[in-house]
Amino acid sequence: VKSSAITGLGLRVGAVLLALAFTTGVLLLASAPPFEAYRQIVIGSVGSVKKVTDVLVAWVPLALATSGLLITFAAGLWNIGIEGQITLGAIFTTGALRLTLGTDIPPAVGIGGAILAGILGGALWALLAGLLKTYGGVNEIFGGLGLNFVAVALNVWLIFGPWGRPGVASMSGTEPFPHSLALPALADLRLSPWAIVIAIAGFALVYFLLQGTYFGLRLKAVGKNPRAAFVLGIPTVRYVLLAFVLCGGLGGAAGAVQVTAVYHRLIPAISSGYGYLGLMVAMLVNYQPTWVPIVAFFFAALNIGSIQLPIVLKLDSSLAGVLQGALVLFVLGVEGVRQRRRPKLKAVE
Amino acid sequence: VSTETLLIGLAGVLAAAAPIVCATLGETITERSGVINLSVNGTILLSAMGSFAVAVMTDSLWLGFLTGMVIGALVALVVAGFGISLRQSQVAVGFVLTLMCRDLAYFLGNPFMGLSGPRLPSLAIPWLEDLPVVGPLLFQQDALTYLSFILIFVTWAWIFRTRPGLSIISVGERPAAAYVRGLRVNRMRYLYTIIGGALVGLAGPAFSLSVKAGWKGTISGLDGYGWIALAITIFGGWNPIRAAFGAYLFVFLQWLGLALQPSLPGVPSQVLQVAPFPLMIMALLLVNIGNTEWVERTLAALPDSTRLFIARVLRSLRASPPASLGVPFEQE
Repeated sequence: VKSSAITGLGLRVGAVLLALAFTTGVLLLASAPPFEAYRQIVIGSVGSVKKVTDVLVAWVPLALATSGLLITFAAGLWNIGIEGQITLGAIFTTGALRLTLGTDIPPAVGIGGAILAGILGGALWALLAGLLKTYGGVNEIFGGLGLNFVAVALNVWLIFGPWGRPGVASMSGTEPFPHSLALPALADLRLSPWAIVIAIAGFALVYFLLQGTYFGLRLKAVGKNPRAAFVLGIPTVRYVLLAFVLCGGLGGAAGAVQVTAVYHRLIPAISSGYGYLGLMVAMLVNYQPTWVPIVAFFFAALNIGSIQLPIVLKLDSSLAGVLQGALVLFVLGVEGVRQRRRPKLKAVE
Repeated sequence: VSTETLLIGLAGVLAAAAPIVCATLGETITERSGVINLSVNGTILLSAMGSFAVAVMTDSLWLGFLTGMVIGALVALVVAGFGISLRQSQVAVGFVLTLMCRDLAYFLGNPFMGLSGPRLPSLAIPWLEDLPVVGPLLFQQDALTYLSFILIFVTWAWIFRTRPGLSIISVGERPAAAYVRGLRVNRMRYLYTIIGGALVGLAGPAFSLSVKAGWKGTISGLDGYGWIALAITIFGGWNPIRAAFGAYLFVFLQWLGLALQPSLPGVPSQVLQVAPFPLMIMALLLVNIGNTEWVERTLAALPDSTRLFIARVLRSLRASPPASLGVPFEQE
């Protein structure tokens, strides 16, 4: 067992090196200096306390989305609609905050209610994808994708239409909320400790559900073999819908944090691709919760660090996505090679 | 609206649909053989960028189109290698590739943004172009649009009317039986995944060298078409002709939305731009809902006449995927 653990680690390190080699090749193809590019990403992500807190700002929605996705993955579902669920969370949060404007509802209550509204919004959007799947036979990948595009359109329409800034509706988003309606941030930083608390709570909830409850066990049974689970008396449809709702709720929470702690308004790209990135993180951690916080931090660091690239080296920041994709791809590949080399062991597992 | 403007509009629809037709046909072939290539959206972006870059650097349209097809084939080769040989989830690999190829396109395409490049010229076919109605509609297009017409019938005939083509279906439906009959299942899946990928790759230059000529990075407006092509593959029931019909219908509705916009001032443009996506969901709902258990149960409770009518409508729309789609085949 021990030697296989070491080979496993060795293979993973090998996968990381291969991903770096591939990305270096891409950089050379673009006639860019690879070492300098990597150095900029490191400086831009962990080069100062300020940068680290910026990475944590990105870590919060990514960790929330990934945690939610672990639930849908446990149920055997590809909830690609997570992007739209984050967006709807942000929309519901913004809507709730707007309702409190000009009333004498205490800000703390308003913010708390708005975050709950965001969770509700994400959950409802996910429920829609779930209903399409269970009662409409529409694969969740395509239902979810369609709903993602609809969510983006709804968002843009709100920003330019009903919720637009009077006279100057633009891509910069809705009118910023007053300071009192923001989750309090650390002095001079963008990071709100409350956002971190929400992310940790979301992750802990998922960890507990999946590792320590009968519900999690049955959810995994539904994911592994829905027919057998149904025969054994598990109401599969209800479990599938519940998995969607839980994941959507966590996605909605990510959207709520984006509004209340990061942007303080609704912007067109409010989900910032954290949903799709969460799918990649989930694949990289092999759909198990333990490593989610660390891998999510690493991916968030790549995203934040790559912002330096266009500024310093005139390169596109999408290099982060190339490296992230290569990492997941090579880890999947190495895993495939390992399983292939020991087909018998796999059967025992 | 005069007949002439309508004809020009419809001819434009046929031309604008060419990339989607190519991608949908490619995916149809791939999925028929039992492999799902989910990387289409990223593949189209990368091949659009790559073919534009090569066409700009070499000033050769031919090399541009070739590059697009090679990129598509290479991405498909990765999907096949991971999905068939390494037995990883085809959905997972395809999804990672779709994101990675998109980012690669934006990263590598940065220096080519906004450059002017060659564009496929229109190529009216002598004599035929003068025919009434069909002339302006079908025979004043560019070479790629003609190719897309031909491809529809070639892929259909290949799959349903030739012996090697028919074996695609058996490989996708019952690979074990096909294997027993002497077909090399995994080799065929590799082959059709790569051919399908090359056709998907053709959609890239079809955009960047013809329909939406140029490369403008994130604002090229190509992001999303690959997902539409994947949905149309399902809507088309894995039949090239029905799939092509789906592609034309989709582009037609898109065109209709744009054409109607001035007369619908109350509807914001953002709503019309995404109108295809709810339509896509509705279309998938229509072709799939007949497969669900509760519909069958509900139907059974209805009086005969109604039941038979609804059942017939649903059956005519219904599409079932190849039975072994996405399932790796283990040769003993």
